[in-house]
Order: sequence, then C-alpha cells, then structure tokens
Amino acid sequence: MDIKNFDMGDIDIAWCSGCGNFGILNTLKKALSELDIEPTNLVLVSGIGQAAKIPHYFRTNIFNGLHGRALPPATAIKAANPALTVIAESGDGDMYGEGGNHFIHTIRRNPDITNIVHNNMVYGLTKGQASPTSQLGFKTPVQVNGVFLEPFNPIAVAIALDAGFVARAFAGDMDKTKEILKKAVTHKGYALVDIFQPCVSFNKINTFAWFKEHTYYLDGSHKVGDRNEAFKKAIETEKLPLGVFYTNASKTTFEENIDTYKEDRRPLYEREVNVEKLRDLLEKFETLI
Amino acid sequence: MLGKEDISIVLCGQAGQGIQTIEYVLTRVLKLAGYNVFATKEFMSRIRGGMNSTEIRVSSEPVSAVVDRIDILIPLDKDAIGHVKTRISAETIILAETENISRVSKQSGCVCIEVPFTKVAADIGDKIYSNIVAVGVIAGFLGVDLQLLNDYIRKYFSRKSDDIMNKNIEAAKAGHKLGCDLTDSGKIKIAVKPDANIKDQMLLSGAEAVALGAIAGGCNFVSSYPMSPSTAVLVFLSQHAKEFDIVAEQAEDEIAAINMAIGAWYAGARAMVTTSGGGFALMVEGLSLAAMLESPMVIHLGQRPGPATGLPTRTEQGDLELALYAGHGEFPRIILAPGMLEEAFSLTREAFNLADKYQVPVFVLTDQYFLDSYYNTAGFGLSDIKAERHIIKTGKDYRRYELTKDGISPRGIPGYGQGLVCVDSDEHDTEGHITEDLELRVKMVDKRLEKGEALIEDAIPPQLVGPKDYRTLVICWGSTYHVVDEAIKNLERDDVAFLHFKQVHPLPKETVSYLEIAEKTIAVESNATGQFAKQIKLHTGIDIDKKILKYSGLSFTVEELVVKLGGLLV
Repeated sequence: MDIKNFDMGDIDIAWCSGCGNFGILNTLKKALSELDIEPTNLVLVSGIGQAAKIPHYFRTNIFNGLHGRALPPATAIKAANPALTVIAESGDGDMYGEGGNHFIHTIRRNPDITNIVHNNMVYGLTKGQASPTSQLGFKTPVQVNGVFLEPFNPIAVAIALDAGFVARAFAGDMDKTKEILKKAVTHKGYALVDIFQPCVSFNKINTFAWFKEHTYYLDGSHKVGDRNEAFKKAIETEKLPLGVFYTNASKTTFEENIDTYKEDRRPLYEREVNVEKLRDLLEKFETLI
Repeated sequence: MLGKEDISIVLCGQAGQGIQTIEYVLTRVLKLAGYNVFATKEFMSRIRGGMNSTEIRVSSEPVSAVVDRIDILIPLDKDAIGHVKTRISAETIILAETENISRVSKQSGCVCIEVPFTKVAADIGDKIYSNIVAVGVIAGFLGVDLQLLNDYIRKYFSRKSDDIMNKNIEAAKAGHKLGCDLTDSGKIKIAVKPDANIKDQMLLSGAEAVALGAIAGGCNFVSSYPMSPSTAVLVFLSQHAKEFDIVAEQAEDEIAAINMAIGAWYAGARAMVTTSGGGFALMVEGLSLAAMLESPMVIHLGQRPGPATGLPTRTEQGDLELALYAGHGEFPRIILAPGMLEEAFSLTREAFNLADKYQVPVFVLTDQYFLDSYYNTAGFGLSDIKAERHIIKTGKDYRRYELTKDGISPRGIPGYGQGLVCVDSDEHDTEGHITEDLELRVKMVDKRLEKGEALIEDAIPPQLVGPKDYRTLVICWGSTYHVVDEAIKNLERDDVAFLHFKQVHPLPKETVSYLEIAEKTIAVESNATGQFAKQIKLHTGIDIDKKILKYSGLSFTVEELVVKLGGLLV
C-alpha cells in the first residue's frame, strides 16, 4: 500500500527538530504500508507525552487517551472488534511509569496488539525530569543528586511475564527498526517493541552517539525461543542488545480466550440483544430452577 | 402465638454458619409456594465469624421493605440474640436450641420454643444439615407443601452426590414435621395466605435486576474490579457472558476498567463498569475522558458508607455528590437512581440508550441495601426491548466532532465505513485532532454543554405516591422508595404524599411544581448531609423544611420512619 495514505499533509508537528520521534513515525508508516494495512482498519492508541502525539501525525483512526492509559483502551478496542489492527504507542514515562500496572497486566492478558514504546530515558513533555528508564546518576532539576532508583528494565519484565514477542530497536536505524516493527505487528498476541530514541532537548547523556556506542544487535546465534537466554540478554548492561530478544508463538490471545468469539467472529457492534435468550433467563427467576 | 398476615423472620449467626443458604433456599421455596416474600441482610466484612442477620418477611400482601420488629427469631449462635436484642419484644417467638437462648430473651418476655435443629441434623448424619432442618421448620409452620419443599431441595442439591441430596431431603422433611408440630400444637398460629399469582412472579435481587437491565440495554462489554457491594453485577454478567455475547473482564484496577470500557464504546461495543465509591474515585479521570471524547459510558455505582474504605458491607446514599461532581472540567451527565427492582431493570437498560443517544456518562446509582435485597415482583416487560443504536457508517470526509445545533455529532466507529474516527483527550478540532485554537475551544465547550439542555427535557419525572392534594410532601430518591412507601401507608394520613426521584440529575423540570404546593417538605436520605435536598435548593431555590437522615450503615426501617415522619407531622 502507498505510504502516502498515512500522510496527514501539511500539519504543524510539535516535536523538536532532530527528535528521534520523526524517524519512528516514518518507519512505522513504512512498516505498515509494506504490510498493506489500510488506515481505516488501523487504530493508533496513545497516552500523553511527546511520543503520545504520534497518532495526530498519522492519517488513521486514533484514540489519544489519558496519561498512562493507552493499553486498557487498546485491549478493549481489539476485544470489541478483533478485525482491527491495534497499536498502543507512547513514551517510557507513559507506559512504564504512569501506566506500569497496565503494562504488567496487559502482557498477562495477551491481547493481539502491538505495544511500541519510545524510550528516551527522560520526560520530554514536562521538560526534563527522570523517567522510569533514566540511568543511575542522571541529574535533572528534580533528581538533583542524580537518579538513584534502579532503572526499569521493560525487556526483562516482559520476558519474565512470558510476553509473546519482546524486542528492542533504535530510532537511529530505520531499516532494522522497520523489520522489527513488521514482525511485531504480524505477531499473534501482545508484542513489545521498546525503541531507544535520543531526546535532543532534555537528555544530553543518552545521545545519538551514546546509543550507537552502547548498543549492539543480537545476531543469528541468539535463540529467540529460549526464555532463559533471552533473559540473560535482557539484563546485560555493558552494551545493550537490540533486536528480537524473545518470541513465544504458542500463547492463546485474549480475544481467542473470549467465549463470545469462539463460534462467531463478528465484532460486537454487529450484534443485537438476544431477546429470546433474555426471556428464557427472566423465566428462570420465575421458575427458580 | 402470632396470627398476623405479615411476619418477619430473622436468622442470626456467624458468617460461615450458612445463613445465606437458608435465606436462598427459603425465599425460593416460599415464592414457589405463592407467598409474598422479601429478604434483606446485614453482615460484617468478614468471611468467617462476626455476627450477621437476615430478615425474611412473608406476607399476604406484597412487602418490599425492611422492618425492625422480629416476629420469629432463629438464633444459630449463642451471641445471636444479643446481636438483635433491641428488635426483640414480648411478641417475638424464638425458635432455638437451648444453648442459643440467652438471658436477653427472658428479660424481653418473648416466647422461647426449643427446637433441636442440630440434634435432628446429627441424627440424619451430620450437624451440617441443620440449616436445611431450619428451612424445613419454617416451611412447615408456614404450611408449605412438603412435596414442593422436597422438589426444590432436590433441584438445589442436584449437583451434589445422591447421598448429600438425600440427606438434605431428609433434613428438610424432619424440619418440616417439627414446623407442622408447632402449628398443630397451637404454639405458632399463621394467618399469612398464599396467592396463586405469585407463582408466576419473579424473585430476584437488586443486583440481578441491574445486571438483567444491562443485558436488555445491549451491554456486551463489562470491565470492572471487584468491590462490595457492586461485585454481584460483574459476577452475573460474567456468568451469562457466553449466552449474551458479552466480553466480561476483571481489570487490574478500576482505572483500567473504565479506560477499557471507553475503548470498547469507541470500537462499537456497549460497555459498562460496576463499582462502589472507592473504586469509582479511581475512575474519575476516566469519567472526564469519556466526557472529552463524548463517549457514551454506563457506570453502575453501588454505594456503601465512606470515606475511604468506610463500612464495606453496609449501606448509604452518600456518593450522590461524588457522582455529580466527579471529573475535572465541565460536562453534562445523567444520574439515575432506581427505587424498585422493576426500575433497576428498566433504568439500567435505559442508561445504555441515553448514554448512546447523548454521548454522555450515565450513572445507575444504587446501594448495598438495594443490591442485596430480594423480593417477588411482576415479570419485566420485554415487548419493547431493542437496544437503540446511534452508530453511523462513516463517509470519506467523516469528522467525529462535527459542530451541530444540538451538540450531538453523529458517532462513527473505526472499521465501519470509509471514514476515520479520531478521538483525543486534549481539546480537539472537529476531526478529533489536538488543537490550541482558543476560539474553537469555546465552540467545543459550548457543544458539549449544549447537550445538557436536551438532558433536562428528556429527564425521567419523579413519581408522586399518595393524595394529589397533599399538605406534606416527603422527598426521597433511589433505594428508599419501598421503606418510605410502607411507612407513609402505616401513618394512614390523607394529607401526606411522597415524591420519589428516579433521576436525580439533571433534576426533572416537574420538581418545582410538586414542591411549590406543599405546606411542608421533608427529605428522607441515607446520608449525613442531605445531598439531594441540597441539589433541590440549588436548582429550584426551594429549601426543604425538614430532613430525616440516617448514616449508621443500616437502611431506614419502616418503624423508624413511622416514628420520625410521625413526629414531623402535625
């Protein structure tokens, strides 16, 4: 499908010049157009933050909800109409901080959605406070002595919860990111793609060059089906691995577990109240069987 | 003795002693036998121990409210009589095992009759059957046919082993004989008459009526986090999810629950959340999101006493103002408050249609007393069941927030039509994209508030019960309908009527005309500050003369209201 179908035309974009978000936006458009996903059949769900503005720059259905709350509506949208392609996309603060509980339980629930997290290790929209993934010692106007909270490791958490698809990408590498995104979107079940992204305004430490220097791609020797291996890779700190850490295609999705769809695949909006069954049910309150 | 056409039977004991089984089986047997029956319980927030009681009223006439008086008390524990001592009088008959009869009963002058429930059960094989012995005793003295009792016990225990089923039938039979002996010997006289028509009526709880109303309203998505007293609605919908194409999900927290429900509406489902005050407090930001997205939303809020954890298993009407003012920003909403089972069904159903039609949040405000009480009622009408649908198939140039005269923009959903559906928690343009155009902001606020006018026009009017030429008007809302009704009937006054509100917000426009002609107005509310009376003052300028308020955690009783209302009438 032509990538232009996703273009919004001449719009005002609120991101800083040089922001990693531009690369992610274009890469995602490319990945989805190569997968032939129609804008009318796609829903982009986000929370609040700089990354969470991405749906506004994308010609498709969008649900820009509350801070930290992208995953619950994304789960429900897919559950109400499983024919839609649903992507929940936001930043590290939104997904791992404010929405941390939903992150954990959405992985457990395993809806067939893709969860893209722009991870720049800092709060951009509120101008430079620590995020859950900020590195130890990272100084901000709030964390005046530097961050001393253990950085949140989304990859390790997702693997610990046996998420069906766990990957990390780098916004500076469009081609590889695109391939990872395509795999994530086509994966049946919940898929996490954490994307390292420099924040040019508020993170002077984890810059484009820093990410280049501190990351490496998992090669063909990495067995993506081996959870223990994947976990070992996830907790490496010297150099941070990129690529697909772990996949488990055998998991049943949330929608597959819902009785409503077992014999009837129609979305909920096409269904009517079954008055006959309701009459029978009401009768049970008369006969008390 | 007795000999009344309306008797109140109270069972009291520890949690885990099986009072609920007795209540469940007995109310069903009595309904099937054609008796008017009402049951309500008060219980402590614990799984074992504590002291709980259930009141079962059996009557020749329909009864749907709780009374203080106890005609027949069955204490299942030595502390039981102490727990209900203020409700025991010289008229009370206590049926108990010797060890459960305390000094309190002797002081009150009531009649104590020894009934060896446990011994009879033990003789059958296990004292565990004593509950069913008790069911048998009550059914026996009320004159319930033994065959009917046996048939029901067989059905009730049909999933258990033959041995358990037979032992329970035996227990019921032995109890039934003891019960018959009580009337044969003249120790108990029963004047309650059955009515064949009652056999065709329904017997259900408030929670079941709410859940059935949701199904009738086309609810096909429920996401909630368990919280007393609202959990029963989630349980009911989950158990019937497969039958009615409902996606039922226990969310990780109430925040997820309401955000899921909003997502579900967005994608074309008809969603609801069911919660109580504390859980709803967590949903408040989500409520505001529903308002900003102009998403329909149905919130069942089963009230219990607060603040904070409050009294988890008790009742109160203390969250009206919470429902009314929850959510940052300004937006319209509807708050419905059923007073009877039929209304719990019809209003919950209507909540879905109103939410969908106006794209606003609609509350169904109940409370623990309402949700946990049962009685027999005429069947619910299904002739006009059709969930109203307000979803449109979108065209290529669809704009979700098209500015319209009445503020309602046609609602599309993703994947249905050629258009794109964009919604945003930020202030947005007509397409649904983020904007900081402040002129547009004003238009969007006006558009959202514009719907408020239509909500007033469409408001469900209050119900006047009693003489039209009243001098005193009693005002109540929600769960107090039946108790106020019975209390006023007992007062036998031709100048007192009551006005029951089924919709508490926006205030129906008829309100003023009812209040204006009253010489005296009295508000009856289960809260400490008269929250609804404050709303009346705010929207009509009329001060309610007197307030009868209760906030102990228990419902008003008929006798209590007779005394309190009587004291305010000249």
